[in-house]
Amino acid sequence: MVFLEFEKPLETLYEQLEKLQQVGEEGDIDVADMVRTLENKIRTKRKEIYSNLTGWQKVQLSRHPERPYTFYYIRQMCSKFVELHGDRCFKDDKAIVGGLGRLDGQTVVIIGQQKGVNTKMRQYRNFGMANPEGYRKALRLMKLAERFDFPVVTLIDTPGAFPGIEAEERGQAEAIARNLFEMAQLRVPIVSVVIGEGASGGAIGIGLGDRVFMLENTWYSVISPESCSSILWRSWDYKEQAAEALKLTADHMMDFGLIDGIIKEPLGGAHAAPEEMAKLLKRHLKKTIGELQELTPEARIEARIAKYAQMGEYERVSPEATVENDNS
Amino acid sequence: MGWFKRLKDGIQTATRHKKDTPEGLWYKCERCKETSTVKELKDNFFKCPKCNYHVRIGSHDYFDLLFDGNYEELFQDLRAKDILGFEDMKPYTERLQSAYDKTGLTDAITVAKGKVNRKSLVISAMDFKFIGGSMGSVVGERISLAVDHCIATQAPLLIISKSGGARMMESAFSLMQMAKTAAKLSQLAKAKLPYFSLMTDPTTGGVTASFAMLGDINFAEPEALIGFAGPRVIRETIKQDLPEGFQRSEFLLEHGFLDFIVDRKELKETISYLLLCYDLQ
Ligand SMILES: [Zn+2]
Repeated sequence: MVFLEFEKPLETLYEQLEKLQQVGEEGDIDVADMVRTLENKIRTKRKEIYSNLTGWQKVQLSRHPERPYTFYYIRQMCSKFVELHGDRCFKDDKAIVGGLGRLDGQTVVIIGQQKGVNTKMRQYRNFGMANPEGYRKALRLMKLAERFDFPVVTLIDTPGAFPGIEAEERGQAEAIARNLFEMAQLRVPIVSVVIGEGASGGAIGIGLGDRVFMLENTWYSVISPESCSSILWRSWDYKEQAAEALKLTADHMMDFGLIDGIIKEPLGGAHAAPEEMAKLLKRHLKKTIGELQELTPEARIEARIAKYAQMGEYERVSPEATVENDNS
Repeated sequence: MGWFKRLKDGIQTATRHKKDTPEGLWYKCERCKETSTVKELKDNFFKCPKCNYHVRIGSHDYFDLLFDGNYEELFQDLRAKDILGFEDMKPYTERLQSAYDKTGLTDAITVAKGKVNRKSLVISAMDFKFIGGSMGSVVGERISLAVDHCIATQAPLLIISKSGGARMMESAFSLMQMAKTAAKLSQLAKAKLPYFSLMTDPTTGGVTASFAMLGDINFAEPEALIGFAGPRVIRETIKQDLPEGFQRSEFLLEHGFLDFIVDRKELKETISYLLLCYDLQ
């Protein structure tokens, strides 16, 4: 088990539990009662820690090395899945994956960023940072879904689109922009879920949907707290403050009306009970897709664009109000 | 009454907006370091008379350059709102106030309608001086309203981009403006109205990755920095020097992301020709 900084009190309790269990196995002292007490204590402590997470702590959770990634959810949710590779132009991006899955008898196209599960795979997946061909593969699969009336599910988990020379040469900006433009008009339902990190253009490049959800311990922002700290505070040391200032948690996003719902995670986060998490996600996706399928493509597109068109907060000034104030 | 004061100043300064261009008698070129008079510079479309360097200019300079005389500014009643209560080394409200004071503008984009060689055009032009030309809710909403206006009046749209990207102080609100502007432009496309995207120095980040790259015709001024990630971020990520001319207009043209590069002197004629080709009247 990997414990994050703020989970340290739990680590101590787990160590005690382990020792106790050893004692129980070795000798003839009955430790059952003590084990039960300790387990209760762990549960209480965990509840206590998890009911008060800061923005930065949620960022850490979203990056937890044991957190389930896109392929894990696909395997758990789909009875069958065929991965489809390549953008048909340049190559197959490894940081964005996708394919045809069966969700209880219904074919869906699932697309998502995929991070690696160990050092070697993290490199292979480019840490979940896609190049333009990843976004173009995603669009190709969405167009395929559109032709055959398959709903589209996108799972977002990226620290950002890759900033590199080749990425710029091949038009990282154009690829993301094109996806947004095409997703706005896609004739099939699109459900997007932030399952980990939702950083900036790299996240929204597959994230424009009829319904957008966030898992409870994820974040969505225009910039990572680290980069925000380096730019606005001119130092890498203000990431905690930046995480608070950016109001990047699911709760904030829901309050702002920028997402359509939060999917609760099991106590201790998605990684504490991944199978349960996948069940919850699947239930949510099926219900949402069902609701969206009630609408005609035209009605869906209209509602989708209307939803994004109303995002934004501004004031309106009227010349009259100004004049009035001038006289006071 | 800070709130009222801010709004009042915004309105007052809007009518006496300060030009983005050099003032005084002399202009020293940022590129060739040669000196010319400001009059020579202005007569040369704000390009260095010695080396043709395109000096950064503001929205109203472009309006003056492109429209046949009069134009009407639209959606000027919108003002940014500090919905997050954002504060880094300076509160967002203070940054806004100093931007209003310094530029006389009401946000990083201004929309205007007028005629270009007697043909109607709606132009949304960005100002880098206003918090780095960053895109927040006001920029997104003005583009959204400009699209609606174009559809209602059957007018084509030109957006002149000049931006460091999304406005961090509006966090996810600014991120969602990427989706919002792209979605609105898809409506313009459906209405079969042309959208021309002119990229000027610099056009980066969320602006490039949304409306700037979505023109039916994408074009740029010479040597403008255009990209997704900023050069500094790329250099730090890959720990290598960047090639000469990387992320400049000529580089984008070569890699297939621009239709052409236009000298500012030819800008009005070029746009006028595009309007003729798409003749809507
Ligand atoms: Zn010069």
